Amino acid sequence: MNTGSLSPSVAVAEITLKQCFVAGLAGDALEYRRFLDGLSGHMRAYLRRRLPRAQDDVEDILQEILLAVHNARHTYHDGQPLTAWLHAIARYKLMDFFRAHSRREALHDPINADDDRIFVASDVEPADARRDISRLLDTLPDRHRLPIVFVKLQGLSVAEASRATGLSESAVKVGVHRGLKALAARIRGEA
Amino acid sequence: MKTRDLIASLAAEVRPVDRHVVARRLAWSVACGMLVATLAVLLVGGTRPDMDLVIDSPAFWLKAAFPAAVGVGALVLCSRVSRPGARTRLGWIMLAVPLFAVWAAAAYVIASAPPHLRTQLVLGQTWRVCTFNVVSLSLPSFIATFWAMRGLAPTRLSLAGAVAGLLAGAQAVLVYTLYCAEMAPPFWATWYVLGMLLPTGAGALLGPRLLRW
Repeated sequence: MNTGSLSPSVAVAEITLKQCFVAGLAGDALEYRRFLDGLSGHMRAYLRRRLPRAQDDVEDILQEILLAVHNARHTYHDGQPLTAWLHAIARYKLMDFFRAHSRREALHDPINADDDRIFVASDVEPADARRDISRLLDTLPDRHRLPIVFVKLQGLSVAEASRATGLSESAVKVGVHRGLKALAARIRGEA
Repeated sequence: MKTRDLIASLAAEVRPVDRHVVARRLAWSVACGMLVATLAVLLVGGTRPDMDLVIDSPAFWLKAAFPAAVGVGALVLCSRVSRPGARTRLGWIMLAVPLFAVWAAAAYVIASAPPHLRTQLVLGQTWRVCTFNVVSLSLPSFIATFWAMRGLAPTRLSLAGAVAGLLAGAQAVLVYTLYCAEMAPPFWATWYVLGMLLPTGAGALLGPRLLRW
């Protein structure tokens, strides 16, 4: 399959998820579970970005989408990009949610058909842990916080994080190191 | 329910999946629709009286080729829209070719006919009943195709309903050529196309209601 037109993180998601998914279609429960875990990570991060004012609904919609993916898995065609297939299902279920909750304010954000967006980031943390971590992170200065967010949470390389933050590569490494130390101290209640 | 528990229960019940469900369901629905419609034509109207004479003529087969080609295009579209995120361009091209071919043929025939015969070419002998007959014959295929798609995963429901309706209409016209003795392309380009468009429109309206999942 041609992944050349996809951005690198999406291409990675395409390859890793597809391997697990195809094995799952053949009946491999372990691989299928790995696929669902990976998918829910991407999907959760995507839904959080899409629904900034409906965070409470994220897990509900996520479960709807996982169920839909599971029930529709016989319609996947091997020649088709898996990410495009998943994206179409997610969009369909999200539209359903929007229709059902059309009074809500958060819904004025239009859906666009950009196929890459779900798979640009992954978020495997459960909601509460994620919220706690981000509250703790907010207490750090930018030079420590951004390297951690980019390198440890979003999984960018040091070089990519350096480009994204404008810090030098060594500053990124130092920031990660000192930031994690400071976080650990805060979690232990020392600061 | 926690998401983690849902994942565990989904993974626990996973079985090998039949990879040809889309093709199989659509094959069944086409076969059933054609069978019922053909039986209806044979029982109610019978074949056209000059069947023995035309069975060897290229015009008869050319006439049947038009709905058959539209049907194949619609079938491709049905299988594509039943798969989330699949591309549909090939299906649209396959649809456009027979439609433009029959319209071009109709335009040519009309342009080369003497003016006082032109209306006659479009209306034929049976224009009053043709569309109604085609729509009636499309009903079994319409039901069968919607049944097939309900077991698949269309995400654009109006479009899915429309192409399901179009497939039913094309099948109905194909069967109707057994009965209908009209041999003028302008007639086909008008009344056959209208007979296919009505189920298409009905499908577009019913799709969002019947194909939700």
